[in-house]
Amino acid sequence: MADTDREDEELFTEPSGTQSQPASLSTEDVSANTNGPNQDALFDDDPEDLFAEATEEVSLDSPERDILLSDGPSPAITPITPPTSVIAPRIGHTHDDMFTHSSFDEIEEEEVDDSFDINISVSDPEKVGDGMNAYMAYKVTTKTSMSLFKQREFSVKRRFSDFLGLHSKLASKYLHVGYIVPPAPEKSIVGMTKVKVGKEDQSSNEFVEKRRSALERYLMRTVKHHILLKDPDVLQFLESSELPRAVSTQALSSAGLLRMVNKAADAVNKMTIKMNESDAWFEEKQQHFESLDVQLRKLHISVESLVCHRKELSVNTAQFAKSAAMLGNSEDHTALSRALSQLAEVEEKMDQLHQDQANADFYLFSELLGDYVRLLAAVKGVFDHRIKTWQKWQDSQILLQKKREAEAKLQFTNKSDKLQQAKDEIKDEIEEMEGRVQQDERDFEQISRTIRKEVGRFEKERVKDFKTSIIKYLESLVLTQQQLIKYWEAFLPEAKAIS
Amino acid sequence: MFQSDQNEGDPRAVNVDLQTDATLQVDISDALSERDKVKFTVHTKSSLPNFKLNEFSVVRQHEEFIWLHDSFVENEEYAGYIIPPAPPRPDFDASREKLQKLGEGEGSMTKEEFTKMKQELEAEYLAIFKKTVAMHEVFLCRVAAHPVLRKDLNFHVFLEYNQDLSVRGKNKKEKLEDFFKNVVKSADGVLVAGVKDVDDFFEHEKTFLLEYHNRVKDASAKSDRMIRSHKNAADDINRIASSLYTLGTQDTTELCKFFLKVSELFEKTRKVESRVAADEDLKLSDLLKYYLRESQAAKDLLYRRSRSLVDYENANKALDKARSKNRDVLQAETSQQICCHKFEKISESAKQELIDFKTRRVAAFRKNLVELAELELKHAKGNLQLLQSCLGFMKTNT
Repeated sequence: MADTDREDEELFTEPSGTQSQPASLSTEDVSANTNGPNQDALFDDDPEDLFAEATEEVSLDSPERDILLSDGPSPAITPITPPTSVIAPRIGHTHDDMFTHSSFDEIEEEEVDDSFDINISVSDPEKVGDGMNAYMAYKVTTKTSMSLFKQREFSVKRRFSDFLGLHSKLASKYLHVGYIVPPAPEKSIVGMTKVKVGKEDQSSNEFVEKRRSALERYLMRTVKHHILLKDPDVLQFLESSELPRAVSTQALSSAGLLRMVNKAADAVNKMTIKMNESDAWFEEKQQHFESLDVQLRKLHISVESLVCHRKELSVNTAQFAKSAAMLGNSEDHTALSRALSQLAEVEEKMDQLHQDQANADFYLFSELLGDYVRLLAAVKGVFDHRIKTWQKWQDSQILLQKKREAEAKLQFTNKSDKLQQAKDEIKDEIEEMEGRVQQDERDFEQISRTIRKEVGRFEKERVKDFKTSIIKYLESLVLTQQQLIKYWEAFLPEAKAIS
Repeated sequence: MFQSDQNEGDPRAVNVDLQTDATLQVDISDALSERDKVKFTVHTKSSLPNFKLNEFSVVRQHEEFIWLHDSFVENEEYAGYIIPPAPPRPDFDASREKLQKLGEGEGSMTKEEFTKMKQELEAEYLAIFKKTVAMHEVFLCRVAAHPVLRKDLNFHVFLEYNQDLSVRGKNKKEKLEDFFKNVVKSADGVLVAGVKDVDDFFEHEKTFLLEYHNRVKDASAKSDRMIRSHKNAADDINRIASSLYTLGTQDTTELCKFFLKVSELFEKTRKVESRVAADEDLKLSDLLKYYLRESQAAKDLLYRRSRSLVDYENANKALDKARSKNRDVLQAETSQQICCHKFEKISESAKQELIDFKTRRVAAFRKNLVELAELELKHAKGNLQLLQSCLGFMKTNT
């Protein structure tokens, strides 16, 4: 594992996950794999069309695929297979073909409630190596009763870039077809450098704990998604002891540079595409998410401020405790002196209490909000992909129109020698374009349907997440108050004993 | 313009047992805050023959309190007493600044937020106002309770003379003089402190007071910092409550009811947290600040005594010298007798004063620490109840 690159610290910081993959498969670098469900394979009844699609194609020779799909048929050959059926043999039964159903809402319920029993924990951060090449290895333990997995309980060791690599793969497979892929935790150059340099102080410990917790939440969110859970990359991530290094997450690699170029292109495109929205639902939802984003960010800032002030309170309380103890020492009235020392003890306990509460503020409240701000960016991403898909469809229609016009023109030309050949050619092209237009329209409708389902799922998750977390947070507040009562009740008789 | 109504959380009780004497009772019955000054209505009830009426009131400003205090300090007759520390100047600058900033930022926040913040700043202003009234009152009560100082003529004039005392604040020259006096005093104090006292009692008191004063100073500062963090946290909870409210009104899922409930909860708990900070301020910070000033006054007394001891010793030396030269002996004898008398008088009253100081201190700390613990408990239980009832509601409705 000799690497001079340091993928965990990037000179160009990238926001985690969402727009890091280009929208269209055709510009994809091979190493950022493209063995996701090929849209064509999924939705076409006519196998011939698959091979007619020269520009959009699964890279059958990508190395990762060999490892992943050794026991399953490759998607390009199996027609009409939804993403889940890529690994159909492992599941043991075929799913309903959700894409030939006219209404998909019923299916959604089945998928989600089907014995979802999996718990992932990320633990035991361990520093591996020395100096600037060092990294943290985390133990990822999965406990499950689902038949999807070979065992009921198993662990693997993963490093941060492995998580980023997983997200990168999932994003490239699923984002552009409308699935909300949970973003990976953010990179941090400063944080990681401190850890590498070997500072065993509180702030680097806090950083590692923050990251460990974020990685755990990330994995849980990913597997809660019924489609992502069954993705071979996810399964491999959780189960296999050796994982190929995620090279493409490095910023300065060719993949990284390509990502940046594509991101810039996307940004420009986003601004110029104006879509004729025929479905008010989408516009409504987009506005809803935008305003939710604004509110969550605002709340997040306030909660972060609370965490900060609570930590300050803890520090100041500790200092006051020391000062009160000193005062107690110099007080020459015995009973008062003792009471002051007791006061100092109470304040010391309060300092620890405030520290604990600040942690609860952070992990139960602040991080929840941070996660959702990032998730909303992913949601926005899929809405944007839909717009791009629509644009593609429009472009195909325009192209078809042009070709038809060209054909019409040919009727009125008199160049007889090449006329028939040209006429035949254009006829073929038109047929091809018509097929393409149909395909693009289906893609658009498909992504629209997927997004509707995804939004429903997302909102359900959101409700559950917030309720669970906030209830836990309130319980932490309850605990703090109960402790406070205990401490002051113990102190009161001491104060009364002063005479 | 704020009127004081001293019912809620009486902040004046830093000192105890001051109002038991019916022959002279002083309090501040009213106060008015104008642009940059505060007008205190000093109300007196007395059966003493010195006053024309049995009950009367006058209006006084801060400078007049200072004048009274300084007149005690400068009076040689009172050298042997702990002069009750002067009340600090009413300082609304910080509060006023905040109100102004709020006014400037009015455009950048919603109407509800603005009203909320304005209410809070006004409450803060009111709290500072009440405090300053309390501190001025404590000063007067201490004087009225002191067996000697209560008879002071300036004090009676202060209480009774219903015209303006025309006491101007010190001008630059006088402030400079004061400054130098203090410098000399501290330099002197170091010299004098070095002199070991024969009397064990005073030697002990000196050591004790020096250390105690420094530690009270430190504790007071740290207490202030701690309470400020507490206030900041309460402010954050306020903002969180507002944001949750907005989220609650805009959300399209069942979370909207949830958010509104939590927002309501945080609104209530942050009021409790603010009260906790305010009570800690009153019972702890103010207590420490007061004893910082009192211990300084006690130190000043010890300094005056040491000064008179040095004078006495010098007078002794001068007498010996005069006797040996047999010149101006009578003069030297008289001078020595005066110094001796002065020193003994100061020592006697100082001893009692310092004993009383200890008694007062212990009683004040006891009262405030008990009240602090009781209030902390009351608020924690209140908070707990709010949290538990909200949690109960949420768990049954999910």
